[in-house]
Amino acid sequence: MNLNTTWLGFELEHPLVAGASPMVRDLGTVRRLEDAGAAAIIMDSLFEEQLTQEQLATHAALEEPAESFGEALSYLPNVPHFELGPHEYLEQLRKVKQAVGIPVLGSLNGVTPGGWIEYADLIEQAGADALELNVYDLAISTEESSKAIEDRTVELVREVALSLRIPVSVKLSPFYTSLPNVAARLVDAGAKGLVLFNRFYQPDIDLEELEVVRLHLSDSSELPLRLHWLAILSGQVEASLAVTGGVHTGVDAIKAVMTGAHAVQMVSALLRNGPGYLRIVREQMVEWMREHEYESIRQMQGSMNLSRCPDRRAYERANYMKMLQSWRG
Amino acid sequence: MSSQARMITVDGNEAAASVAYRLSEVIAIYPITPSSPMGEFADEWAVGHRPNLWGQVPDVTEMQSEGGAAGAIHGALQAGALATTFTASQGLLLMIPNMYKIAGEQTAFTMHVAARTLATHALSIFCDHGDVMACRGTGFAMLCASNVQESHDFAIISHCASLESRVPFMHFFDGFRTSHEVSKIEELDDETLRAMVDEQAIAAHRERALTPDRPKIRGTAQNPDAFFQAREACNLFYDACPAVVKEVMERLCARTGRRYELFDYIGHPHAERVIVMMGSGAEAAAEAVEWITARGEKVGLVKVRLYRPFSAGDFIAALPTSVRSIAVLDRTKEPGALGEPLYLDVVAALRESADAGTLPFAEPRVIGGRYGLSSKEFTPAMVVAVYGELRSQAPKRHFTVGIVDDVTHLSLKYDDELDIEPADVTRCVFFGLGADGTVGANKNSIKIIGEETDNYAQGYFVYDSKKSGAMTISHLRFGPRPIRSTYLIRKANFVACHHFHFLETLDVLEYAQEGAVFLLNAPYGAEHVWDHLPREAQRRIIDRKLRFHVIDASRVAAETGMGRRTNTIMQTCFFAISGVLPREEAIARIKKSIEKTYGRKGAEIVKRNFEAVDKTLENLFEVKVPAEVTSTIEMAAIVPDDAPDFVKKVTALMMAGKGDLLPVSAFPVDGTWPTATTRWEKRNIAIEIPIWDETVCIQCNKCALVCPHAAIRAKVHEPNGHDAPPTFKAVDYKAPDLRGLKYTIQVAPEDCTGCSLCVNICPAKNKSNPREKAINMRPHMEHVDRERENYRYFLDLPEIDRTRLTRLDAKGSQFMLPLFEYSGACAGCGETPYVKLLTQLFGDRLMIANATGCSSIYGGNLPTTPYCVNAEGRGPAWSNSLFEDNAEFGLGMRLAVDQLAEMARVLLGRMASRIGESLAQALLTPPETGEAMFIEQRKRIAELRGKLAQVSSPEARKLEWLADYLSPRSVWLLGGDGWAYDIGYGGLDHVLSTGRNVNILVMDTEVYSNTGGQQSKATPLGAAAKFAAAGKTTQKKDLGLMAMSYGHVYVASIAMGANDNHTVKAFLEAESYPGPSLIIAYSHCIAHGYDMAHGMDQQQRAVDSGIWPLYRYDPRRIESGEPALQLDSKPPKLRVSEYTRNEARFRMVEKIDPERFRKLGEEAQKHTLRRVALYRHMAELALPAAPAAPGAPDPSPQAEPAGAK
Repeated sequence: MNLNTTWLGFELEHPLVAGASPMVRDLGTVRRLEDAGAAAIIMDSLFEEQLTQEQLATHAALEEPAESFGEALSYLPNVPHFELGPHEYLEQLRKVKQAVGIPVLGSLNGVTPGGWIEYADLIEQAGADALELNVYDLAISTEESSKAIEDRTVELVREVALSLRIPVSVKLSPFYTSLPNVAARLVDAGAKGLVLFNRFYQPDIDLEELEVVRLHLSDSSELPLRLHWLAILSGQVEASLAVTGGVHTGVDAIKAVMTGAHAVQMVSALLRNGPGYLRIVREQMVEWMREHEYESIRQMQGSMNLSRCPDRRAYERANYMKMLQSWRG
Repeated sequence: MSSQARMITVDGNEAAASVAYRLSEVIAIYPITPSSPMGEFADEWAVGHRPNLWGQVPDVTEMQSEGGAAGAIHGALQAGALATTFTASQGLLLMIPNMYKIAGEQTAFTMHVAARTLATHALSIFCDHGDVMACRGTGFAMLCASNVQESHDFAIISHCASLESRVPFMHFFDGFRTSHEVSKIEELDDETLRAMVDEQAIAAHRERALTPDRPKIRGTAQNPDAFFQAREACNLFYDACPAVVKEVMERLCARTGRRYELFDYIGHPHAERVIVMMGSGAEAAAEAVEWITARGEKVGLVKVRLYRPFSAGDFIAALPTSVRSIAVLDRTKEPGALGEPLYLDVVAALRESADAGTLPFAEPRVIGGRYGLSSKEFTPAMVVAVYGELRSQAPKRHFTVGIVDDVTHLSLKYDDELDIEPADVTRCVFFGLGADGTVGANKNSIKIIGEETDNYAQGYFVYDSKKSGAMTISHLRFGPRPIRSTYLIRKANFVACHHFHFLETLDVLEYAQEGAVFLLNAPYGAEHVWDHLPREAQRRIIDRKLRFHVIDASRVAAETGMGRRTNTIMQTCFFAISGVLPREEAIARIKKSIEKTYGRKGAEIVKRNFEAVDKTLENLFEVKVPAEVTSTIEMAAIVPDDAPDFVKKVTALMMAGKGDLLPVSAFPVDGTWPTATTRWEKRNIAIEIPIWDETVCIQCNKCALVCPHAAIRAKVHEPNGHDAPPTFKAVDYKAPDLRGLKYTIQVAPEDCTGCSLCVNICPAKNKSNPREKAINMRPHMEHVDRERENYRYFLDLPEIDRTRLTRLDAKGSQFMLPLFEYSGACAGCGETPYVKLLTQLFGDRLMIANATGCSSIYGGNLPTTPYCVNAEGRGPAWSNSLFEDNAEFGLGMRLAVDQLAEMARVLLGRMASRIGESLAQALLTPPETGEAMFIEQRKRIAELRGKLAQVSSPEARKLEWLADYLSPRSVWLLGGDGWAYDIGYGGLDHVLSTGRNVNILVMDTEVYSNTGGQQSKATPLGAAAKFAAAGKTTQKKDLGLMAMSYGHVYVASIAMGANDNHTVKAFLEAESYPGPSLIIAYSHCIAHGYDMAHGMDQQQRAVDSGIWPLYRYDPRRIESGEPALQLDSKPPKLRVSEYTRNEARFRMVEKIDPERFRKLGEEAQKHTLRRVALYRHMAELALPAAPAAPGAPDPSPQAEPAGAK
């Protein structure tokens, strides 16, 4: 069975990729992912905001009590190689790169224009084979138009793509009025790939503590949204497409490939079941393809996208109407 | 002179340590102020793999005490290594036994001492020579440096001379004045050091090492037949030693051009009056001598360098033959001696020389004086006074200078206004807050001036003894010659006040000389600032013709994201106005140093600092000074009128920074001070204070419980009277036990430090707006006036009758009056909530023995102290002995109390018939329990006194005095982990073993907090601390488990932030247990490296991760067949890393080496689970009960179940 696929210019043995997650923080896990056959590994995101916050918090915690009291001019050791910055991330990227033979992608979540470029460059220098930009420019102001937000994202991608030699892929949220237009503009700005979708905007509320709680792991129910937009973008944009969020089985992966994904990123399923689960999903894919007499991934890639699927209207408004009607019925 | 010598700007500690480090292979250390930085430097260099002269990284090892460090050094020396150590004060005293041994064995060794006052009637971290003088008998050579350059130079002289003479050396310099003074000096590079060191002497040292290849025995025991002669065998080494030192000094001079003699003479070649002294004071004296001789007087100064062995010949040779009278100045006091040590040495040297006929001049008159104890200022004016005394017909043979002694009248008068500083030295004084970074910026400015200009520069920093809202005063001098003014600036060309409110309480401009520049950070523009100044400040500005500049640095800092850090802004102003460097150059240099200082710590920090610098100049304005004083604002009174007389006369002066003016008669003779004085020091340091929203409050009292400063309190009281301030809030009390009463949470607005612990712990959220809680931080400025009135009213409301508190849990405890308030502890301190709780529960019967450390500083550092009294005048009696002996000290209190109580009981028994059998019986075995017992017993004692008054017998008088002991005392031993786990562990262990009824509260911050975060045996695996910079590799000692092994010790491990009821329960049980009790209390600390506002959350995480299990081990349970140990925390539900990642002490390790962090983290995780598993087993293990159990009262019956939270 030929599972080969091309993604961001990399020839992969199959489309299953370990998506951005904390799994990369442990080199043992990284090696197990490679052993399980991951076609590529994506680093967890370097969060510029987090770096800045930590710098400020640590600076305040260390500097404010210092030079105040005669018996203790400081409270923690002054270690020359204690650096607060991306150093730790970059070092881990280097180690992951050394540990495995498969492509390793950096992932970046910036805040400031300078930060995006600076950290992207550093990630490239640390040996990343490609960079995933994890953009989330949240619309929270009544004053700001969608165009302004989109322009900002496009410009950011353009600047980063220009400054890097490695391919740049953009991980998007689903919340755009015209995702195809945004996607096309991003590709025009230099993005070699698009990743659908990040899972940021799904808060939950803790009713006891009256607090917003953080994200839980995904499940297969999140896949349809991604399939929908993969199908629409596939064939329309000249870029590698990847899915992330909701792929938990071989069948999920096949669906993603059929709707146009060149790579299938898995995180929650691996966190839940361990790195070895990737091999099982791959086997499930092979099994399904064998049963259904498919020869290769390329054969099915995009076969169910908007332009090729038997009923194009299913992805358009009619899909929605049909669903509602069928439910009523 | 070596023209290539690099100039460096360092302090005395670094100057000495840099030589000692390069000359050593083994460095054993223990933290003690002010020498700690020497050890810290050594540790940092070793962690950075910096080699010594021979290419090897020295082994830097922290020991459990200075005694331990000395022992380790002794061993290292015996085994042939080159070793050193650093210490001061009591630490040096702990080394004395080994020093005798090291010297007795003629061992080459040099130690470096930042001389510090010994604790007598009080502890002092400051400088005098009491500590080094206590070592005179050890056989150590003593070489004294008097400035930073000398602390560098004398370090190498000591090491070389010791190797060559086989006499061990103590190189010492003045603590703080030299150890912490930043100065521009010539560096001794490796090449110079190498050229100085005699490799053959090192080889000889190695030859003498003990080795099984050529075995010898050293350290024998000798009998009367041998000891004396053998002891005399060392004489030749001491006879030869001065010449060796002289030769080494020559060698240094040949290489560096800096000439030193054993006794350096400065002054008129035909001086008739000569002062003899050593240490930093000699610098001020030298300055004065030059000034006086320039005015034609014949005076001189002998600076003593090599004090031991004292070379009388060299000393006499150093004196001008014209000398007629000598004043010997000692920086120490030996009560009862004929004179202080240097004085006696000088007298003896002259006498002996005269007797021998070798004195080349007529024997001069010698007088002796004390100066500078505990860093008391020593100024040229005082030197002038001493020379004046020498000129008088009948000088005081023994005198003091620098104080007013109105009791024994020993002090000399001096002209306080005399100022001899040369005009070409620029003098700048900066008033800042610790948190704003003023000192750091000034150290930086000195480096810039020192390195970028030809100027010499000096910086000295005066710190507060408060740990929160601490004021700093920086004294900077720079000028064309090396600066020798070893005293504070009195008249400055530049005065900067970095916080406007200082002007309201301090006479900041007292420091400004005529025509000086005054820089003020004020929230008012150049147009309006004048109108906001107090009259006194306006008057000074006009009278002294000051050039007045203003900047709203706090606004610039806020706008550029710098928070409270105004340091680089004020630094930029300083350079812009002072003109010491061209503006552009200065700004470039400031930016360069920002990059150097903060580059590693974050690009964002650098960016924000740059922005702040760039925005500074556009916000800096010169103020047009009006011709007249217009202000109606008066400086605030230091203490209110209703303060006690002593507070007004003594404490208030100290609070105002004018304690120097107090005469001897103002002080208690024995170090005994009144308590309850912090209440008179309203510091108003919070920017925001908590304000109560009674509509949201669920009346849990957690805010009051966690407040480190007793600045938010709860009370149940009768409904408001008519006199209640209109904004005073009270709501119906909700719980059934005190129904009908009102409930109030009240902030002490002027005492709050703004830490926000209370707001973070508050569990009640506003249902419509969960961002708001039942208490919320609000601007101090807006609320202080109103809340001050409310708080006053609140305090006057009667306290609840303690017997009515039926539920003594965390909530109930907060209705009890805290007898520990407004201490100088850090904002958000994790220790003080426990201390406060202790005083709430048992304060009126509490005796505290407090180990030296944070708790002794915030508990007992003058001018004001926090332990206070209740309405009956009862409250904790508190004392601090030492760091190492606190357990023994506390046990002693217990023994005394027990003896006195027993005497009272015996007397009472004897007199029972005369005072009434039933009263006597009730007094001997009170029928009540708990609070009621104390109340009733005290009534009975009063009744007893009444009856005794009618009995005229010696026994009655004795019992009258002893009667109070019939009411039990609660003896508590307080201290930190440095004490309990390390230096005091031996004593603590012994005290536990005695079975006596003492209660030990260990406030475990997991480092030596007071001296700046050095590791202790309580430091957890994986945490970075000083002396464990790469992360501690061994487990925290399980002190609780060790104590449990006795079987008769009550042990509890508590964390208030995780389970407050458990904390209260443990206190009650420990106190009720009739044997020894040990409570180990998790105490978050600024040394953990995160915002203390989250301290209680971290406590919760520590418990949830299992790294800090909660338990109680109660030996009483064994007798009832139950397992003694109760594991009170639930099984771990977080990973240890989820706790550690929030603290810089662990994050640092992750940042430096993520793999190491992970491995240490895994170890910690594994150990945590194992430890919890062990406890779980123990908690299920019921031991067979003994057939006849010794009687022990049950745990306090009214306590809440410990599991409840």
